[in-house]
Amino acid sequence: MPHVDKTPVNTGEMLQNVVAWPIRILFKLLDYPISAIQRLIGIRRMPWLFLLPNLAFFGMFVIVPLFMNFAYSLTGGTELFLRDRPLTGTEQYGFLFDCENYADPVSCREDRFWKGIFNTSVFIFFQVSFMVLFSLITALVLNREIRARGFWRAVFFFPVLLSPVVVALIWKWILLRDGILNAFLISIGLDRILFFVSPEWAMFWAVFVSIWAHMGFYTLILLAGLQAIQPDLYEAAEMDGTSKERVFFRITLPLLWPNMLVVIVLALIKGVQVFDEVYVLTGGGPGTATQFIVQYIYNTAFTNQVQNFGLASAASMVLGVVLFVLTLTQLAATRRRDNG
Amino acid sequence: MKTSLKLMAASSLFALAAGSAAAQTELRMMWYNDGIEGEVMQSILDRFEEAHPDISVTLDVVPYQAVLESLPIQLAAGNGPDIARVTDLGGLSEHYLDLRPYIEDPEYWETNFGPFLDWLDPDGDAINGFMTQLTVTGPYVNRTLFEQAGVDLPGEGATWEDWAAAVNEVADALDIPIPMAWDRSGHRVAGPAISQGAAMFDEEGNPALVDEGLQRMAQLLYDWHQDGTMSLELWGSVSGSSYLGANEDFANANVVMYMSGSWQIPQFADTIGDAFDWWAVPAPCGAAACTGMPGGAALAAIADTEHPEEVGILMDYLAQEEVLAEFYGRTLFIPGHLGLAEGGIEFDADDPRAVHALETFAAAVPGISPVAFQLQGYPNNRVMFNALISRLNEAIVGELTLEEAYARMEEDIANQLAESNR
Repeated sequence: MPHVDKTPVNTGEMLQNVVAWPIRILFKLLDYPISAIQRLIGIRRMPWLFLLPNLAFFGMFVIVPLFMNFAYSLTGGTELFLRDRPLTGTEQYGFLFDCENYADPVSCREDRFWKGIFNTSVFIFFQVSFMVLFSLITALVLNREIRARGFWRAVFFFPVLLSPVVVALIWKWILLRDGILNAFLISIGLDRILFFVSPEWAMFWAVFVSIWAHMGFYTLILLAGLQAIQPDLYEAAEMDGTSKERVFFRITLPLLWPNMLVVIVLALIKGVQVFDEVYVLTGGGPGTATQFIVQYIYNTAFTNQVQNFGLASAASMVLGVVLFVLTLTQLAATRRRDNG
Repeated sequence: MKTSLKLMAASSLFALAAGSAAAQTELRMMWYNDGIEGEVMQSILDRFEEAHPDISVTLDVVPYQAVLESLPIQLAAGNGPDIARVTDLGGLSEHYLDLRPYIEDPEYWETNFGPFLDWLDPDGDAINGFMTQLTVTGPYVNRTLFEQAGVDLPGEGATWEDWAAAVNEVADALDIPIPMAWDRSGHRVAGPAISQGAAMFDEEGNPALVDEGLQRMAQLLYDWHQDGTMSLELWGSVSGSSYLGANEDFANANVVMYMSGSWQIPQFADTIGDAFDWWAVPAPCGAAACTGMPGGAALAAIADTEHPEEVGILMDYLAQEEVLAEFYGRTLFIPGHLGLAEGGIEFDADDPRAVHALETFAAAVPGISPVAFQLQGYPNNRVMFNALISRLNEAIVGELTLEEAYARMEEDIANQLAESNR
């Protein structure tokens, strides 16, 4: 009678072993060259080795294009390759900044660049202000013990998952002459509104759609900040009989401020870069009412028959400087928050 | 021993597979569609592949915008297709392949495509391709609406002002939202501007967009947008030189008169059919002429191709009289082949509206102004078209006065030409 092993077979463990086996082999194989390199360069320099792939990737796709863009901004003509383009020095920058009165874009030689800057500034002012305000209100509500809180959090976060083009198309269909909103207005006896013909309405919807699409992300950051505030502080305030307004302004807001700063700076950076949603929603119109700086760069480089890469690069360097300053501010804000 | 045998067998199989793959040359053709022409071209290419099993052709159908914006970059980078369907005929001429060494009978090409070859190569005598369609700009009207409103169609020789008055009468009577709509395109404005006397070039042949003729047409368009003849929603709702067609509004009977061109025929035959009488009418007149703009799309061979011989074989096949007769006949395109234009094409259309439209546009060709032909053949014509439409639009929406817009048009053209001449 042969011996039969009655120990039950653990299928999960078996599967785990099967999956882990090639990984173990791979790690063993990697171990030899890495140990050799460690012996060669010493353990203190090893972090650089692990950073190298990321640094190479970052260098190739960010640093090199950045320098190339700067080089393009010092050239003219329509040739694609840098080696074929004549050097023009700072001529493109001079062209961009040739203005009689910077407050009046029409007086500038490249009026569309300044209209782009003006429109972007207006957009950022309203978009960032209302985005922060609505995100804060939403975060405060979602932080309370409300029914189906998880569901509501998902609802507010859902638009963040959508592609900007999808967001813009959905709203375009709603706002068109024969769209759902106009059908509703007519059904309640009001007149149809041609939203994309009026500069004010077009800017309003550009701001609104952008807030609708991105608010969930910023709400999440603020919600995390709210949940990090110690409940004891609120309990102590309650025991002291502090009013709700005072609790908000003296406890919640000061402790949430580092998160708020991150939200403001991130929203500013995203606002300066705005392009896809508005391009699909309004096409930059009516006229140039919603043409922002990134669309100006795109049009200058690609949509004209004479593709002016030099001027577009100069404009994107100006944009790059603005973004760099904003990014430094954001880093400083994050550092301040982390240091308490 | 066994292992070596297996390795040998595997490498022989690999070599065989690689050999058969190498025997077939793959050509890529970039294509965009206005109507059903992609389908027709694919069926012709299928037959070509059957007859030439060593050449396969992939039809890459892309949006029209990609042909305008992405193709020039691809060509400049040397990563373009082997053949492309283009509308910026002269603007891309530096990237075209001269087919002369690769086609069987250059004389056939010169005889049948002669005047259009110059559009593709304004400064030389190369053979780069052929016209997949010749187009003429001109208006369509919704004749059913005219009948319902009891308004007569203005006859031959009617001016733009006559038409504006008539379409407003129809729109008022039937409460139609848009009396008149134009494609948002400088090319569409150019014909009527030439009709008003615009010369487009100075005596030395340099671009001179703004003159009294152009100003007359621009003023009309400006006024029509202010008085509601044209809807601000079409031209006013986008920026820059973006193209915007009103074909869907016309097909939905929201427009009485639609200024577009002959390329809409197959689409209207398909989408409107007999839902209402869509009717092509002759180009309205101005002080100087009654002209539309010629234009069209060409199939051009690209210089960077690695297979010029195979491209030549394919282009020879596609340019044959019987192949093109089938292509033009099925797509309802006005032929860009002189022999076929003279002999007449048997169009695959039983819709009387489509037949009438084809006849109307074909009849318009002899009356096209020489200025319009000169403008169409000018390699940088898109610089002029874009400056015209974008700045006029800024005036229409109130960002500039018309005078400021004219000055900006000239500056834009001068700046862009200076940049391209560096």
